[in-house]
Parts: sequence; C-alpha cells; structure tokens
Amino acid sequence: MNASASGENEGLLVRRIKNGTVIDHIDAGEALNVVKILGITGTTQEALSIATNVPSRNMGKKDIVKLSNRELSKEEVDRIALISPRATINIIRNFKVCEKKGVEIPTLIEGVVRCPNPGCISNTHEPIRTKFRVLPGGLHCCYCDWVINRDITGHII
Amino acid sequence: MPTRHIISIGDFDRNDIDRLLDHAAQIDERNYDGNALCGKILAALFFEPSTRTRMSFESAMARLGGSVLSVGSVEACSMAKGETLADTIRVVSGYADAIVIRHPKEGAARLAAEFATVPVINAGDGAGQHPSQTLLDLYTIRQSMPIDGIDIAMVGDLRYGRTAHSLASALSLYNARLHTISPTGLELPANLAESLAEKGMEIIEHDDIRDVISTVDVLYVTRIQRERFPDSASYFNVASSYRITPELLADARDHLIVLHPLPRVDEIDPRVDDSPHARYFDQSRNGVPVRMAMLMQVLQ
Repeated sequence: MNASASGENEGLLVRRIKNGTVIDHIDAGEALNVVKILGITGTTQEALSIATNVPSRNMGKKDIVKLSNRELSKEEVDRIALISPRATINIIRNFKVCEKKGVEIPTLIEGVVRCPNPGCISNTHEPIRTKFRVLPGGLHCCYCDWVINRDITGHII
Repeated sequence: MPTRHIISIGDFDRNDIDRLLDHAAQIDERNYDGNALCGKILAALFFEPSTRTRMSFESAMARLGGSVLSVGSVEACSMAKGETLADTIRVVSGYADAIVIRHPKEGAARLAAEFATVPVINAGDGAGQHPSQTLLDLYTIRQSMPIDGIDIAMVGDLRYGRTAHSLASALSLYNARLHTISPTGLELPANLAESLAEKGMEIIEHDDIRDVISTVDVLYVTRIQRERFPDSASYFNVASSYRITPELLADARDHLIVLHPLPRVDEIDPRVDDSPHARYFDQSRNGVPVRMAMLMQVLQ
C-alpha cells in the first residue's frame, strides 16, 4: 500500500480490489483486532489483505484492511468504532468507491465481547449472546451490570 | 402490553418506588382485597437457600388469595439433569402466572425475563440485585423518617453484600449521604462507588463506627462472612470490631434506626434487640406488605 522509503518502486503493497470493502484509517496496530471483531477467521471464506503501520498524513501511522467480495453491514461497521473510532469504510464496486462512510459507536453490542465477570449468567451454557450497553464510562453488561472500561479488545469473543 | 418484570432497583425511578411504598403502606393498614389474586399462581424457583424472602413471598401470595408452586430443591428439578435456565423458565411460564426466582448467577433474573411469557420477579441473583429487599429496606426507613437527605452508615461486607449495593443505588435517588465502614478487601466496589458519585451521591469512608454513630440516622449492618477470611482467628478479630452493641448505641441520636437484612450471626449483640433503635425484625416483617404490593403490580 505504501511507497518504499527511498521513493523507488512506487506502488501498492496491497493490490486494489474489484469488489468488497476497504476499511481505512484504522488506528495503527488495531487491524488484527478489526478482523477479529468482524468474526473473520481462518475458516471463513473472505479474501483478506491487511496493511499495518502505513504512513498517514493525518494519523501519522494507520492500518488498512481490504475484504474482497464482501460488503459490510452497518452493524458490522459500527462494531469497528469500539476499537477504532476514526476508521472509514469504502464500499468498492468494479474498482470504484461507491460509498464512503465513517463508523458510529453503537448503543448496544451483542455477541462481540465476553463479560469478564465469572459469576455472570452469560458465561454459562445458556442459549444467549452476550449483550452490552455502550455508555460513556465503558461497556455495561446487560445481565450483571459489570463494566468493561479498559482493554476492550482483550474481551472480544 | 409488555410483560411487567421486577429485575433491578435500577429499573425504577423515584416515582415508581414512592408509588409502590405508598401501596405497601395501604396494605399494611389492612386496606386490601384478600381475593385480589384469587386463581393466580406464583412459581417460586429458588436455586439457592432462602428463608425470609421465600416465606414472605409465599405469605404475600396467600394473603392475596393466590397460590404458590415450588420446586423442592435444585437437586429435585431438571436443572440437576443439565437443563438450561432458559428452558426451565419457558416450561414454568406455562404452569404459573408469575415467577419469582433466586439464582446463584448474576443476571439470571434478567435472562429469565427474556425467556418468560409471564412476569418475573428477582429474589436475588448471586452478588447482583435483590430489589424486593431494597424496597422493604426503604419502606422500613420511611416508617421512621422521611428518606430524603438521610445520613446512612453501611457497615460490614460492602463488597459482596448485594442488599447494600441495591440500597445504595436506590438512596442515590433520595439525596442520601452514604458513610461506609468495612474491613479491608470488603469495601464498596469501585465501579459502584463511581456510578453513585456520578449520580451526585456523597460517599464518605470511615475506619471506625464510633466516628459516625452520633451523626447518622440509619445504621445498615450486613453480615461479614467467615469464608472471606483465611482462618477463624482473623475472622473473629475483624468481626468483633464491627459489632453493634448497646454501649456503642449510647452515643447514637434518639431517632437512629438499626437495620439488617438478616440472618445475623455476631454482627448485632442480642442485647440491642430490645433497644428502641432496633428495627431489623420489623424490617423482616415488612417483607410481606412490600411483596404483596409487588405481586399486585405485576399480576393485576
């Protein structure tokens, strides 16, 4: 994605995609967490490219994630705001940016992070997804009221 | 109309609480219909031991003409075979008009409310919420003084004591000032203290009950559990310095009341029982009219 330090061999380290989503302006070092929060694993089907610590005029350094043949839903996009609120989303169709949007911090997130309280009912074998209200002080577990106010990525399921 | 549940005191605003306490006071004056819940069935799902809460819910239901279904013990029900709480709740919803639940896991009542097709009342979930206890605590305070602006001292295990957490949250709606006196390691959880402070509650920590005994209106005593300490000697050492005695109360204001959610072990000297300050047995008795008001709220 970035040019080499010498300025020679100008070009993209990560190839353009024909169709899909480019998640740009991710806080440097958070790309792998963005992938995790989107539920992308080795067993899912997406073609994925990741660039980390790319020089950025506004951010100093940033990460970029490209997903081929998958357009993210609004709910998926907003999850990213929890760990990288400055990220921007570009929907690509036939090599062109068709839609460009920012991320919004959601008011409720389900099935994304695990409650750190070992006594919480959401950490048992009940048929429920974890549920957190997003409040200024952090993420509040809707079941036990436990608050996650630091290291959100450490609690991603 | 959505099903009405009572899960957490945080779901109530000040008007809701005042209305329910007014209704309980009316019931206390025998101003109620003894057949109000005739034909209604309450399912009592107690997955943890309970004496006062369970019996007062049963008494409340009986006084209103309704009846109660119970599972004898956890060992006797399908949860012992590995059934999920969600399934148990769906099944029991078909047998009863309301469910009262006590469960060792925090958030269990909230989960029950998601799966129930009838109202759910939380009778205590782990170290979480116990709203009916909070309502009867407030009711008992209100019998002696207006709740607004009181100085209350909470003594004992404030870390794991769910009754203290719920009561402190409710009192933040009444501009109360909270004094805490607890052994090291059993202080009010930082999260809760922060959230109470955000609501404008003044919280003052003290090392010794004697520092506040002459200035507070309510002394709320909770049990310090032996299992929180490495050995009996350290437990007795700590517990003795948090014990309420007639000598300690000699310096108290005339109108001070002593509350305790019970059961007590060594926290209150039995000689205090006859003092005009002691209200913990009234508090326990108040469980019936308050729970009658709660049952009428969800079942009528």
